[in-house]
Amino acid sequence: MATTLEPAKAGLSGTIEPAERAPASDRLARILAPTIIALLVVLGWEAIVRLNDIPHYILPGPSLVARELVESWPVLWPSLLITVKIATLALLAAILGGVGLALLCSLSRWIEIALFPYAVVLQVTPVVSIAPLILIYVDNTLSAVVLCAWIVAFFPILANTMLGLASADHNLRDLFELYGASRWQQLCLLRLPTALPYFLGGLRIAGGLSLIGAVVAEYVAGTAGTGTGLAFRVLEAQYRLNIPRMFAGLLLLALTGVAIYLIFGALSHLLLHRWHESAVRRER
Amino acid sequence: MSLATAPSGLARDGANGRFAEPLVRLERVGKTFANGTVALAGLDLAIGRHEFVSLLGPSGCGKSTALRLIAGLARPTSGRILGPEGAPRGAVGFVFQEPTLLPWATVFDNVWLPLRLQGVSRRQALGPVGEALAMVGLAEFAAAYPRELSGGMKMRVSIARALVTRPSLLLMDEPFAALDEITRLRLNDDLLDLWRAQSWTVVFVTHSVYESVYLSTRVVVMAPRPGRVVADLPIEAPWPRDEAFRTSPAYNALCRRVSAELHRAMGA
Ligand SMILES: Nc1ncnc2c1ncn2[C@@H]1O[C@H](COP(=O)(O)OP(=O)(O)OP(=O)(O)O)[C@@H](O)[C@H]1O
Ligand SMILES: [Mg+2]
Repeated sequence: MATTLEPAKAGLSGTIEPAERAPASDRLARILAPTIIALLVVLGWEAIVRLNDIPHYILPGPSLVARELVESWPVLWPSLLITVKIATLALLAAILGGVGLALLCSLSRWIEIALFPYAVVLQVTPVVSIAPLILIYVDNTLSAVVLCAWIVAFFPILANTMLGLASADHNLRDLFELYGASRWQQLCLLRLPTALPYFLGGLRIAGGLSLIGAVVAEYVAGTAGTGTGLAFRVLEAQYRLNIPRMFAGLLLLALTGVAIYLIFGALSHLLLHRWHESAVRRER
Repeated sequence: MSLATAPSGLARDGANGRFAEPLVRLERVGKTFANGTVALAGLDLAIGRHEFVSLLGPSGCGKSTALRLIAGLARPTSGRILGPEGAPRGAVGFVFQEPTLLPWATVFDNVWLPLRLQGVSRRQALGPVGEALAMVGLAEFAAAYPRELSGGMKMRVSIARALVTRPSLLLMDEPFAALDEITRLRLNDDLLDLWRAQSWTVVFVTHSVYESVYLSTRVVVMAPRPGRVVADLPIEAPWPRDEAFRTSPAYNALCRRVSAELHRAMGA
């Protein structure tokens, strides 16, 4: 029997090796290409500002923004930490709420029918319009801001996890039934693993949204709150016509958003790269 | 006990093909799907204990549907099925037409699954899973993921998964269709050895006349639209069957008969 299988094994050993990451040249290009674009934009921006003598209180050049970023770092950095904390809390709550509610919905169709419409209502109501109300009714500004960010971040996780939990292959479900699997075993060994890629997709969206939610809520809370998050700093800089600091704050926010996206992308890859089509590199 | 060499407590009457006690009986069974497709109508089929029954028929004639009904994975819309109900978990093994593996689990974990669902720990499962994988020639691929396997290898994993619980009723839906000739012939022989050694009943769906005659105690020919049984041929050939049987005139005569029935089923 071994002899009949030898050719198959030999032919396959190449793909059994863990499919490693993209070749070095490819990885370099992936970093180089966006860097070149960034350089071009920065240089163009600086040139436009200098050639046209645009005053810094209208449009500061990148060099000025960079200097401001360094100089006001002691102010901006603690504020950034606060904003990140708000976004993180909101995201954690969104994961708990979204996955929890998705699990409840998958347990009973009636729970889904009863609750899902309200999740949609939460999703479609613009957070800027509910934020002032929330700020009135919730005493603690931090809690209020986290709540606003949660509202924005929670729906993609709920919707994606629900879709994932319902997506288990029908033949596999039959298999579990055939072997008398309990509901709990079905959930742990079939539904949750099936839902994982969907959940991670939702998480990537929710990660960015939690930051956006935090920023919007801070804007609405404005100076009324005790908030000293990054969005509040940007707003404050605007009042003081400190345009370079506004840019510095916005730059930090954008970089934070990119970092969140990259972190969840890496997490996704880590969890899925051995088996899921989305993360497995194609062999040609 | 090893999968291949368990002693059989039963005196087998292979030449006859008719066994006293029916294990599963389908009486006037009909299955109409929600979209109106009549997959089966008036299907009568009794499967005796320790028989090896092949279901043969053209594509779409309801073979998979019949198999799912026997397994209890679908309900008939008319007629009734007296089945292996009350059978303990793992007593029915099912090989789906597609490999149907967990993509996130290794080959080992996939074969472990039926035992795991019965509360067998990973360590306790090492032996049986190893044996089942060795049976299908995949012992070295225990740590691979399904996507790293060829189509035929995936199918063999799914066969190992069906064998690992040592089911008393084994339902197989074209398990060898994706395999090369040599592997298929070897697995045919392995399956026959197992069936003869253990006290199994096998219902085997296939498209191949030659395979069905080689393996079975009985070949059931089905016709499409609506799916029904049109011929029920006992294969009265001696055991053990081997290469010599495959080249014998008796084998050829049986193949011709089954083939003629199949042509009638498809042509009419
Ligand atoms: N879930 C379903 N919904 C509607 N119709 C179905 C469904 N499953 C099967 N059918 C129909 O039932 C008939 C029998 O299907 P079945 O899968 O049993 O055929 P088969 O004999 O196994 O064919 P093959 O040899 O191609 O696997 C087909 O006409 C098919 O269209
Ligand atoms: Mg089929």
